Amino acid sequence: MQAGTLANYLRRGAIWGFIVLELIFFSIAGEYLAITDKAFMDAGNMLLLLKQTAPLGIIAMGMTIVMVNGNIDLSVGATFALAAVILLDSLSWPFMEELGDWAIPLAWTFALAAGGVLGAINGLIVWKTGVDAFIVTLGAMLGYRGLVFMYNGEQPTSHLNWTLVDFAEAQFLGIHTATWFLLGVTAVIWWVMNRTVHGRNAYAIGDNREAAVNAGIRVGPHMMINFVIIGFLAALSAVVFYSESGSVNPNDGELYELWVITAVVLGGTKLTGGSGSIVATFGGVLAIQLLRKGLAHIGADTSTVNLVIGLILIAVLFLDKQLNIRAKEELKT
Amino acid sequence: MAAALSRENIVGFLARQGILVAFALFIIGFTIANDRFLDPDNVLGVIRSSAILGMMALGVTFVVISGNLDLSVGSMMSFSTIVVLDLHDKIGPTLAIPAMFGMTLALGAFIGFLVGYLKLNSLIVTLGMLSAIHGLTLTYSGGKNMDIDDKAGTWFDVFGQGEIVGIPVPILIFALLAAILGIALAKTPFGRKVYAVGGNGTAATFSGIRRARVVFTCYLISAFCVATAGLIQAGRSLGSQNTVGQGMELEVLAAVILGGASLMGGAGTIFRTVIGVLILGFIQNGLLLVGLQFYVQYVVTWIIIILAVWLDIAGKRGRLWSPIA
Amino acid sequence: MSGQTPALRLEGIVKTFPGVRALDDVSFDVLPGEVHALMGENGAGKSTLMKVLGGIYQPDAGRIFVGEEPVVMTSPLQAKGLGIVFIHQELSLAEELTVAENVFLGELPRKSFGRVDWARLHARTDEILGKLRVGFDARARVGDLSVANQQMVEIARALTVDAKAVIFDEPTASLTDAEKVVLFDVIADLRRDGVGIIYISHRMEEIFRITDRISVLRDGQHRGTVKTAETDEEAVTQLMIGRKLDLSRNVSHHELGDVALEVRNLSCGELFQDVTFEVRRGEVVGFYGLVGAGRTEIAETLFGLRDPSAGEIRLDGEAVRIHSPHDAIARGISLVPEDRKGQGLVLGMNCRDNMTLPQVDDLKAGPFVADGAEIAIFDQYRDRLDIRTPGWKQQVGNLSGGNQQKIVLGKWLSMHPSVLIVDEPTRGIDVGSKAEIHNLIRDLAAQGYAVIVISSEMPEVLHVSDRIVAMFSGRVNRTFTSDEVTEDNLIQAISGLSNDKVA
Repeated sequence: MQAGTLANYLRRGAIWGFIVLELIFFSIAGEYLAITDKAFMDAGNMLLLLKQTAPLGIIAMGMTIVMVNGNIDLSVGATFALAAVILLDSLSWPFMEELGDWAIPLAWTFALAAGGVLGAINGLIVWKTGVDAFIVTLGAMLGYRGLVFMYNGEQPTSHLNWTLVDFAEAQFLGIHTATWFLLGVTAVIWWVMNRTVHGRNAYAIGDNREAAVNAGIRVGPHMMINFVIIGFLAALSAVVFYSESGSVNPNDGELYELWVITAVVLGGTKLTGGSGSIVATFGGVLAIQLLRKGLAHIGADTSTVNLVIGLILIAVLFLDKQLNIRAKEELKT
Repeated sequence: MAAALSRENIVGFLARQGILVAFALFIIGFTIANDRFLDPDNVLGVIRSSAILGMMALGVTFVVISGNLDLSVGSMMSFSTIVVLDLHDKIGPTLAIPAMFGMTLALGAFIGFLVGYLKLNSLIVTLGMLSAIHGLTLTYSGGKNMDIDDKAGTWFDVFGQGEIVGIPVPILIFALLAAILGIALAKTPFGRKVYAVGGNGTAATFSGIRRARVVFTCYLISAFCVATAGLIQAGRSLGSQNTVGQGMELEVLAAVILGGASLMGGAGTIFRTVIGVLILGFIQNGLLLVGLQFYVQYVVTWIIIILAVWLDIAGKRGRLWSPIA
Repeated sequence: MSGQTPALRLEGIVKTFPGVRALDDVSFDVLPGEVHALMGENGAGKSTLMKVLGGIYQPDAGRIFVGEEPVVMTSPLQAKGLGIVFIHQELSLAEELTVAENVFLGELPRKSFGRVDWARLHARTDEILGKLRVGFDARARVGDLSVANQQMVEIARALTVDAKAVIFDEPTASLTDAEKVVLFDVIADLRRDGVGIIYISHRMEEIFRITDRISVLRDGQHRGTVKTAETDEEAVTQLMIGRKLDLSRNVSHHELGDVALEVRNLSCGELFQDVTFEVRRGEVVGFYGLVGAGRTEIAETLFGLRDPSAGEIRLDGEAVRIHSPHDAIARGISLVPEDRKGQGLVLGMNCRDNMTLPQVDDLKAGPFVADGAEIAIFDQYRDRLDIRTPGWKQQVGNLSGGNQQKIVLGKWLSMHPSVLIVDEPTRGIDVGSKAEIHNLIRDLAAQGYAVIVISSEMPEVLHVSDRIVAMFSGRVNRTFTSDEVTEDNLIQAISGLSNDKVA
């Protein structure tokens, strides 16, 4: 057993321990402070929580695979908005209206394809120019947002399709459509990262890029695939969310990138790449949503949520650092 | 051989001076397209509207050169604006201003402590602070917009709307701050240490430089610049929403990167950051003047940032395309 | 053996970098079933040659043959495909992945839909691990293994292909004796299978134990190939060092002054224990020992980069506590670190700024850095140390290793330290600069500096030191005066053999 093993174990389990703590805290605090009579751990409340987790959760799965690969994507919020605009706008195209309900899968396809293409553009630039992903996607965050505005000016884009709304609001086995999508995406991305050659190579590249290159792993295509995945998932998130709401403002999705990264980091994924787990990211998004809902439950307003999440993120970073210090070995530089 | 050599020369030249070339081309292009572009009123207007972003970019330049990031400047600017507006009516502008600076600097010191002394990753720390300070601002204001009661009866608007010898005060403050910080970075021992810490933090420590202290000071400078930007913002509008600075952190970073500062640390100058800020401002203005919407600038900025950084690293590695397999 | 076709053959390899001829017409070959040692000092061109063989560098001239076939290699993968396999000194493993994933990195067996075929992967890995007789299995996470076991993973990787030639680059640096035995068994197995082996090492004892022939590189040139059975250590050393460098024994010419630095029973956790020594003004004390013996760590402790767990440091008779390099410098201790590029220099900064970095706070004209004073310091030490650079504006990263090292030396000399610690003063620099730096160190002592030199090169230690501290496994094993020391007793002392001889 190496010294690092315990720290690893603690780090991997930490997010679930945190969630349990949150549940206990809000259940007890809720008894005294709650503004409603409903218990916090009420089944309906928890199911709703899962549904609300879905939009950020779906993107977070993509962010995990991109960050494990050693990159980052700051453009997901803009991609999310652009996919939503395409989804809703395409439903009002004349030829689509003639198709009736068959327009729905087609509109979904357009939106998802757009997300994949935007991701591919980022991936291609990172690959071919060698510019750091942080800068490429920072630029794209502005650029894609510009495209959203250019599409429909500053007006909201709306299209309410009742079939779509019914589908989005449906519950199967008591679980909402959005939650099913989140669970499905989590399962598929888990499978990709842990069971496929692509996923394992993505880990290897993030962990030790030089070793991966020397072993003949082609870094570029793997990065590209991961950017396509995150673009696609940002679009999927939009599809799930806007099928129900039916209206998108050009500013929608702003700051999503920051929320998603917060959730992923909370789940223990390293910014330097090579380390991270889909299940822990699921825990990360759940923890954040629990915190939002829990604080609301005990009557705190949104400002407290922001404050608490920010400070928890820093505290997690601090604890992680403490767990990893091997004081005797390291120089005090 | 000769062709390859000359192509390398072109790449190298563009890498070194590309940003100035691009700037010049934009100015020429817009001037031809619209004769109002170089009108002094227009130029002053552009600089004035860039001043707030510009001031924040000055501070972030220090942070970036020292090898770190600051994503909290947008939230922090909202915080300073709200605080100074609130205190204006409570304790009067003369006391409100130093009180606001003190609080903003305290936030900067907290970040500087976490990143400098505790050596935590600056991206995550400032991401956390982005959220935390936003929460702090909302808590402070109770989520309401903040307005000065007697807008006609205060001298406070001088910071945002005043003019001295025909030049708007925000421009004067921006220019003054840029000059002081530019000289501090280029000419003082502290500036030298900022470059050393960002260029190779370990070697800087091995040379007896107290790295934590340098990083800490950079965050203080950034907070000071943010507080100044908040003061201008408050003086300009005399009322504000809680989210006035939201999203600016990434625009500020874009300006700094456009100016050629390296996210790896150790490279960049205040002068070039000012150029980066002006490019963003003039593009926005130029596009508006030729009849395009403000959001077209987002797309143009995207393309320019990537081209600028790409040419920079292409010049350093001596080839245009990356060697990534 | 001479009639065989070599497994791998190099012919007239030339590789130049701006200002340096790193490889100059190098030819050599390795036969199937042969262990061929490649020796040379640091900077002799070994690593460049390896990069040429690995397809990382393209030679400017010359040809490479695998068997009878001339080959052109443009990537490590291609080299591996041709059966040329490397076992690197610096581990190139992905720590978060399992042993099996690392062994088959880039070649994970696939099933449909891009799935990894775990059953096949683990079976094949376990088969290879079985040959190596290691105590971990294919599913272990590499980050949880000891460094020696990680080295074994690296070796296992080489056994996945049908290797024609295997290149071991300092493979024993981090292995225990028991692990070395296993490694040598593996090498014996490979040789029985007719694989050609290139073995790079500084350790004479290993070279003479397992190799058939020895080739020596010096200054990028191939200085000769000899049969191991027909030569001895001295002859090989002669080939490696040549006659250019005067490495005669040091003889003190000057009087020693007071004790400048006194270290009593200093310990730092498991890194080193109970270290006692002193350095007088005008004296050069050499620290000699194997990698990991704790020499660099002592220097780092004296320089405030580590906190000692016990013991005392006295400067000019006064007990001091040093908490940071800033403290150390204020008290007159300077350190020229081992890792020049990582610790010694800010490569993106110019020569002058690097040189004046520790004293930039003191070189002020008003609130500004005094340009003139800085340039004066730079000029003074450029002349004194004969630093060859177009001017002070030159980026340090563009200078040769020797000139870079002189910049670091100039940086500390301009601080006029009372104790100067130099860790590996000539690592990776050319012979000419080496001699200059040796002379400089002797000069400094003559001027009354107290100097500590840490070196892994025995001739260097013998050449510059007045006294030599031999370290073994974190402890001072013996201290020699320059009269007592011989190559034999020094080697014994650093191998932990002469404990009983210590008076």
